[in-house]
Amino acid sequence: MSDSTRNTENGAIRTLWTPEAAQTTDAAASVDATDAMDAMAAMDAMPVSDALATAAEPERIDLTAIREKLAAAKGPELWRGLEEVAQTEEFQQFVNAEFPASAELVTDGVSRRNFLKLMGASLALAGVNACTKQPTEKIFPYVKQPEEIIPGKPLFYATAASLDGYALGTLVESHTGRPTKIEGNPEHQASLGATDSITQATVLQLYDPDRSQVISRAGEIRPYAAFINELGVQIEGLEGNGGEGLRLLTGTVTSPTLVAQIEALQARYPEMRWHRYEPVSRDGARAGARLAFGKDVSVDLDISAAEVIVSLGADFLASGPGGVRYARQFADGRRLSGDSTEMNRLYVVEPLPTVTGGKADHRLPLEASRMEDAAERLATLLGVTGAKAAVFDERHETWLSAVAADLKEHRGHCVVIAGDQESAITHAWVHAINARLGNAGKTVRYREPIEAQPVSHRDSLAELTADAAAGKVTTLLILDANPVFDSPADVDFAGAVDTVPFSLHLGLYADETSERCLWHISQAHSLESWSDTRAYDGTVTIVQPLIAPLYGGKTAHEIVAALLGQPLASAHDIVKEHWSKAAATGGRAAGVTAEEYWRRSLHDGLAEGTQAVVVSASVRSGLAGRIAARRREDESVRAEDADDGGFEVVFRPDPHLWDGRFANLAWLQELPRPVTRLVWGNAVLVGARLAEENDLADGDVVELNYRGRSLKGPVWIAAGTAPDTIGLYLGHGRERGGRVADGVGFNAYAVRTSDAPWSGSGASLRKLGETESMASTQLHHSMEGRHLARHGTLQQYEADPGFQSHFDHIDPEGKSLFPEHPYEGYAWGMSIDLNACIGCMACTIACQAENNIPVVGKQEVINGREMHWIRVDRYFEGDLDDPHFHHQPVPCMQCENAPCEVVCPVNATVHSDEGLNDMVYNRCVGTRYCSNNCPYKVRRFNFKLWNDWETEQLKMQRNPDVTVRSRGVMEKCTYCVQSINHKRIEAKREGRDIRDGEIETACQQVCPAEAISFGNINDAEANVSRDKAGPRSYSLLGELGTKPRTTYLASVRNPNPALEPPGESHGGHGGHGSHGDKAGGNGGHGDGH
Amino acid sequence: MATKRKVDADLEALRGPIIAPGHTLGSVTDKISEVVLEKGTPKGWFIGFAISFSLLMMMLMSITYLLAVGTGVWGVNVPVGWGFAIINFVWWIGIGHAGTLISAILLLLRQKWRTSINRFAEAMTLFAVACAGIFPILHTGRPWLAYWLFPYPNTMAMWPNFRSPLIWDVFAVSTYATVSAMFWYIGLIPDFATLRDRSTNRVGQTIYGALAMGWRGSAEHWGRYETAYLLLAGLSTPLVVSVHTIVSFDFAVSVVPGWHATIFPPYFVAGAIFAGFAMVMVLAIPLRRFYGLQDFVTMRHLDYMARVLLATGLFVGYGYMTDAFIAFYGANPYEEYMMMNRFEGPYAPFYWALIACNVVSIQALWFQRVRSSTVALFIIAIIVSIGMWLERFVIVVTSLHRDFLPSSWGMYSGTFWDWSLYIGTMGLFGTLLFLFIRFMPMISIFEMRTLLPEAEVEEHD
Repeated sequence: MSDSTRNTENGAIRTLWTPEAAQTTDAAASVDATDAMDAMAAMDAMPVSDALATAAEPERIDLTAIREKLAAAKGPELWRGLEEVAQTEEFQQFVNAEFPASAELVTDGVSRRNFLKLMGASLALAGVNACTKQPTEKIFPYVKQPEEIIPGKPLFYATAASLDGYALGTLVESHTGRPTKIEGNPEHQASLGATDSITQATVLQLYDPDRSQVISRAGEIRPYAAFINELGVQIEGLEGNGGEGLRLLTGTVTSPTLVAQIEALQARYPEMRWHRYEPVSRDGARAGARLAFGKDVSVDLDISAAEVIVSLGADFLASGPGGVRYARQFADGRRLSGDSTEMNRLYVVEPLPTVTGGKADHRLPLEASRMEDAAERLATLLGVTGAKAAVFDERHETWLSAVAADLKEHRGHCVVIAGDQESAITHAWVHAINARLGNAGKTVRYREPIEAQPVSHRDSLAELTADAAAGKVTTLLILDANPVFDSPADVDFAGAVDTVPFSLHLGLYADETSERCLWHISQAHSLESWSDTRAYDGTVTIVQPLIAPLYGGKTAHEIVAALLGQPLASAHDIVKEHWSKAAATGGRAAGVTAEEYWRRSLHDGLAEGTQAVVVSASVRSGLAGRIAARRREDESVRAEDADDGGFEVVFRPDPHLWDGRFANLAWLQELPRPVTRLVWGNAVLVGARLAEENDLADGDVVELNYRGRSLKGPVWIAAGTAPDTIGLYLGHGRERGGRVADGVGFNAYAVRTSDAPWSGSGASLRKLGETESMASTQLHHSMEGRHLARHGTLQQYEADPGFQSHFDHIDPEGKSLFPEHPYEGYAWGMSIDLNACIGCMACTIACQAENNIPVVGKQEVINGREMHWIRVDRYFEGDLDDPHFHHQPVPCMQCENAPCEVVCPVNATVHSDEGLNDMVYNRCVGTRYCSNNCPYKVRRFNFKLWNDWETEQLKMQRNPDVTVRSRGVMEKCTYCVQSINHKRIEAKREGRDIRDGEIETACQQVCPAEAISFGNINDAEANVSRDKAGPRSYSLLGELGTKPRTTYLASVRNPNPALEPPGESHGGHGGHGSHGDKAGGNGGHGDGH
Repeated sequence: MATKRKVDADLEALRGPIIAPGHTLGSVTDKISEVVLEKGTPKGWFIGFAISFSLLMMMLMSITYLLAVGTGVWGVNVPVGWGFAIINFVWWIGIGHAGTLISAILLLLRQKWRTSINRFAEAMTLFAVACAGIFPILHTGRPWLAYWLFPYPNTMAMWPNFRSPLIWDVFAVSTYATVSAMFWYIGLIPDFATLRDRSTNRVGQTIYGALAMGWRGSAEHWGRYETAYLLLAGLSTPLVVSVHTIVSFDFAVSVVPGWHATIFPPYFVAGAIFAGFAMVMVLAIPLRRFYGLQDFVTMRHLDYMARVLLATGLFVGYGYMTDAFIAFYGANPYEEYMMMNRFEGPYAPFYWALIACNVVSIQALWFQRVRSSTVALFIIAIIVSIGMWLERFVIVVTSLHRDFLPSSWGMYSGTFWDWSLYIGTMGLFGTLLFLFIRFMPMISIFEMRTLLPEAEVEEHD
C-alpha cells in the first residue's frame, strides 16, 4: 500500500452525507414553515388543521408495533420512515393533506387560489411536522473535491476488526466514502494481510438495514439529550454513595482508551463494579494459567518454529485471537516448494470435527470429558512431575504414546496447544508439558494478559445477576453485550435486569437485551467509530471510522464519558486525548511528537511498541496437587448430573455466527459450516455410529434432554464426532436478532449451564418422528473413486514427487481437434495448493463481498441454487467415525477449451485474449446450457431476483466495479477481472508490464494459508508458473481435455510411521491410479434432501 | 399384369378395407363435411373444449407467474439446469413427428392408407410444434430476449453463436414449423373449396372462400396442386429426420455423461416417430368412435399404425441397449457411473418404468388380437406416450444430477408450476384440436374420394 493512497485521518469522509446534515435541512424547512403557519391561521376549516395540532405535540410512536410490522414484512421491504411503517394518524393525515384531500377540495368548488394556498401550506407543514421526516435522498457534489478522492479509484484505510476484544488488523477499501470491502493489513501481526470469514462480513454488518437506528426509552424514540438528562439525574444519586448500585457489564475489553476511562470511573465511583461476560469466554485458559503459573498470562504461539504440533481441542487454525496468523505459520511449515520435503506434523484430539482437525495428520476423536485425562496421560508419558494418569485403552494408548514419542524427539521444536474451550486443568497440564519439552520461550511465549483486569466471566455474570435479583443494582450499563440471549440457562439474567430501575443497553441491534432495558442506544459500528483495540500479542490498532455513523450511533467511549460527566466528548477526542498522553503511549520513541505518533499509528494500522511484554512464566511446583484440588472444586461446583442419559453434550461457538452476534448477516448464515456444510441453521450433531445405533438420519427432529432442560432440533450426522457425543453450535435461534437471524436454527444456550459451559454428560435423545428440511451445500461426500482432491503421504512424495500424476488416465495435455488459442502478452492462471488449504471458507465470503454475490436463503439452498462463485468441496475418506477430510476450493477453471463457450447460443460467454472465460451478463438470455456443460459446475444462475435492488443501505456496500446481476442471467468467477483491469490501466499509465503479485484476486488476498497463487503464466518466473511447473500440479478432470487454467497442487499428509506404517495409509492409493477410495465415506448423507 | 393386379386386390381384401364398402363420392363428402357444417355442436365437443380451454387458462396463469417471479418457480437448479421445459419440448416435438411422416414419407411411398389419418396427423404436428415452441422460449432466464437467438441485423453488431446446438435448434424447429404449416394448408385448399361450396351461411362461405384461395378444381389447379404437394412432401421428408436429429444434438454435443453419445440422432428420430404414432392413435381411436368415422379410419389403419409402433418401439429398445452397452464397453468411468446410477440410483424407478412402458408394453402388439382391439391399442398408446415422456426425463435429469464432481451432485423434482405449464400445454393442444375438428375437415375429403372404386381409373400403360 503506497503512502499516497492510504490516509492518516479521513477527514474527507466526514464531509459526506450525514444524518446531521439531513436534520439541518429539516430545520431549515421548519423555519419556512413558520410563515406558512401564519398563512394557515388566516384560513378556516381545513382538513390539515388537525395535523397542525398534532404537530405541536408529536404523538409517541409505538416501537414494538413497528418492529412487529417489520418482522412480519417478507423480504427487504423499503420503508421510508418509522411513521410510514407505524401508519400513525398524523402520518396518514400528512399523506391525505398532501394529495387526495386537497384534490377533494378542488372538486368541492374551492377556488384555484385557495387550492394553491392549501397546497403550499400543506407542503410547508411537512416541515412543521418535523417528526414525519421526508425521505432524505440527496446527493452532494463536492464543492471542493478532496485531493485524495478520485472517483472510481478506491482508497484504503488501516483499522481493525475486533472479536471478543481481540483485534485483527485490516485495510478497508473505500469507494468515494463508502467502505465496500475489508482486507487484511499485511503489517499487522495478527493478520499478515489475510482475514477470516467473520471479519469479511463485518462490512455487511455496517450496512445491515436491521441495525438499531434510534435511541429509545422503554420502547419510545427519544433524543440523545433526553438520555443525557436522565443519566445526569442518575449520576447525582450515585455521586453521593460512591457509585453503589452502579454496575457496568461489558464483554472482553482490551481497548486501552476504554480501560483508562473505566479506571477513571472506578476512581470516581469506588463502589462501582465492572462485570464482564463473554459467552465464548476464555475462562478455562485464564484459570489454567493461574493454576500453572500463579498468574494470568496470554499465550502467543510461534507455529512456524514447531515441527510437531499437538492440539488438545484447539481449533487454532480457524478461531481464536491469533487464528489467521497461526494458519499462515502452519501452512508455511508444510509448504513443499522446490526440493523441500520438510513438513510439520499435526496431531489433533477433539470431540467435534473442526477445521484444524480436518487438517490433522492424525486425528483422535475423543469425548470432551476425557480431554483432561488425555492431557494428563500425555504429561505422564512425557515425564511431567506429578502426572500419573492411568493407562488408556489400547487404541488411545498407542496413539498417545506415539505422540509423546514424537514430541520428545522434537524438544523445543514442538508445541502442545489447549483449546479455549478446554478446562483449566487441561490448560495447566499443557503449560507443564510445554515447559517440560522446553518449548516455553521458543514455540510458546507468555505475555502480560491482553484483557484488562481479567476475571472469570462466568462468576462475574453470576455475581451481577445475584446482586440485581437482591436489589443491589440501581444503575446497569450493558455495553455491546447481549446477555439476555447468551447467558447460561441457569442464570436468570433477564429476570434480574427487570428489577434494575435504570438499565441501559448499547448495541448494534435492538436485541433481546435491549428489550429488557429501560434505555437502548444504537451503537456505532466499528467502521463508523473511533476506538482502539489490541491484538493477540497486545499490539494496539487505532480504530478509525470509514464513514460517519449511518444512524448516529454512539460508542462505548461516549457512554462512559457521559458517566464521567463529559456528555459532549466525541469518541475521536477521547481516543486521541488518551494517545496524546505520554503515559498511554509507552511505545513512542524519543523525539517523536504525540501528533506524529498518532498519525503514524493511524496510517500503519498499528501503534509501534505496544506489544504486551513477554513475561517469564514458570510452572510452580506442586502443580499436580493444585490440579487435584481444582478437580475436586470443579466436581463440587458441577451440578449433579441429572443422568438423563449416557451422551455427552459439547457446545461450541458457531464457526461463522460465533456467539450469535453475527446471526443477522446473511453472508455468514449462508456460508457453509466448514465440516457439516450446513447453512441457515444449526443441528444436533452426532457421529455416524450414534446415529446408526439410535436410528437417526439427517433431519430427524429430536428432543435433547440434558440436566433437566430440553431442546428440540434436527439431527445432522457429522463424520468424525467422538463416540457418544452430541455437538451443539451456539448463536442460532435468535428471537430479536433481525429479519435474517430470527427463527433460524435453535437456541443451544437454552440447555447450556454455567457449571459446564463447554461440555457435560447426562444427555439423552428422543426421536420425535418429525423431520425438518435442512440446507446443506454439499450432499455427497465421497469422491466415488475419482481423483479429484488428490493426496498422498510424505513418504510417497519423497519417493516420487510426481506421485499424483499416476492418477491421470489420459494425458491432460493430449491432442485436440480445435486449434490452440495463441496467447501473447498476459495469460492469467491460478494454482491452488491443497496442501496449504485448511478449508476455512474465507475465500468464499471474500469473493461474495468483492463480486456483489447475492444470498439466496434457506429454501433456495435446499433447492440447490446457492450462488457462491468459489466453493470449497469437502470429501471424506476412510472410516465413517474417523474419516480423513479433503478440502478443495473450486472457482471457475477458466478452461482453454471451455465447454461452456461452445454451447452458448448468444455468445454471452467468450474467451478473452488473455485466456479468461468471460461472462457478458448483459448478453446472457439464460438458457443454462453452459451450466449443464460445465464439468465443474461453477456457474451460478439467478433463478430469481436475489440481489436487493431496493434497500438503500445495501446499495452502498456494493463494489462499483462489478455488475449487480439481475434475474435470469448466469454468473461466474472471472478471476476478479475488475482488479486485473485496474492494474492493467495502472501499469499502462506507468509504461510497464504488470508485475507478478501485483494483481490479487479476492480469494487469494483473503487466504490465511496463502494457498492460492495467481498471475501471468506466460511469465515463467511468476509464482503461479513455478507452482504449475511443480510435480504436485494437476488439472481437475484434466482427462476431459478442457485444459483448465486453474490447477491444483496435490496435498501431502505427514503421517507418523509409528501410527501408520508406510503402505498402510488409506490416503495412498498404493500407486497407479487404482480406484482405491471407492469405499470413501458417504457420511450417511443420501441425496434425499 | 392383370394377374398381379388380381393378387394385389385379393391381398387388399384380406387385409381389410381402408375405406368401408358402400360409400360413394357423395357419401364420403357428406360424412366428413357434416362434422364441420352441421347445425348445432354436439355436447361432447363442448365438454371437451371446456376442459381443454380451462387447462389453457391454467397455462396462461402459469406463464404469468413464471414471468413475474422468474425461472426459480420451477424445480431447476445447479446441477440440473434443464428440467421440465426441455423434457416437454422434446416430448412435444417428438409427437409432432408422426404427422409429417404420415403425410410426406407415406405419400412418397404411395401408401394409400395414410389418406384417412394424414389430415389430423398433420394438424396434430402443427399443434404439437406450437406447444413445443413455447418451452424453449419460456425456458430461458430472460424470455423477452429470446429473439437474440435469431441472426438478425442489430445495433449490437452481434451474431448468435453458430457453434451452439441451440442455434441449430432454432433453425430446425422454425423450418419444421413453417414447412409443416404450408404442407397442411396446401392440403386443405381443395377441401376448403368443398366447404365453401357446401356452406349454407354467409360467414362460412366468406371464410372458407378466402381460405380456398379461389380454388375451382380445374385440371390446371389440380396439376399445380399435385406438383406443389409433392414438392413439399419432398421438402418435409428430410425434415422428419433432421429436426429430431438436431434436437438430439443439444444433448449429444455436450460433455455430460449420458448425453454425449453418437447413438442419439437415430435413436431420437425413432423415438419421435414412436411417440408420434402413439399420439395419433390416442387421438384417432376416440375420434373415429365419437364422430362415427369407423368407415374411414378402419381397423386396417389401426393395425398398420400398431405395426409401426412396434417397429419403432423395437428401434428405441435397441437404442437403450446400445446406450447401456457402450457405457460399459467404453470403459469411461463417468459413463459407467451414469448408467449404474440410472439402473440403481435415486431415479431408478423412472428408468425401469420407462423400460416397462416403451419396451415391455409394446410386445403385446405382436399379437393380432391386441392389434384388433381398440381398447388395448388405446391403452398401449397412452402407456407409450407416458414412456416417451419418462425417457426424456431420464435422459435430461439422471445425466445432469450426477455428473463429474460428486460435490455438486443434487436432486431435481418438478414444482407445481412445472406441472401446470406442462398440463397447460396439453390444454393448448386440446383447444386447438377441438377448434380444428369443429371448423375444418379432419379427414381429407378429396383424397378419400380417390380411394373409392369409382375413382379407379384404368391405367394405360
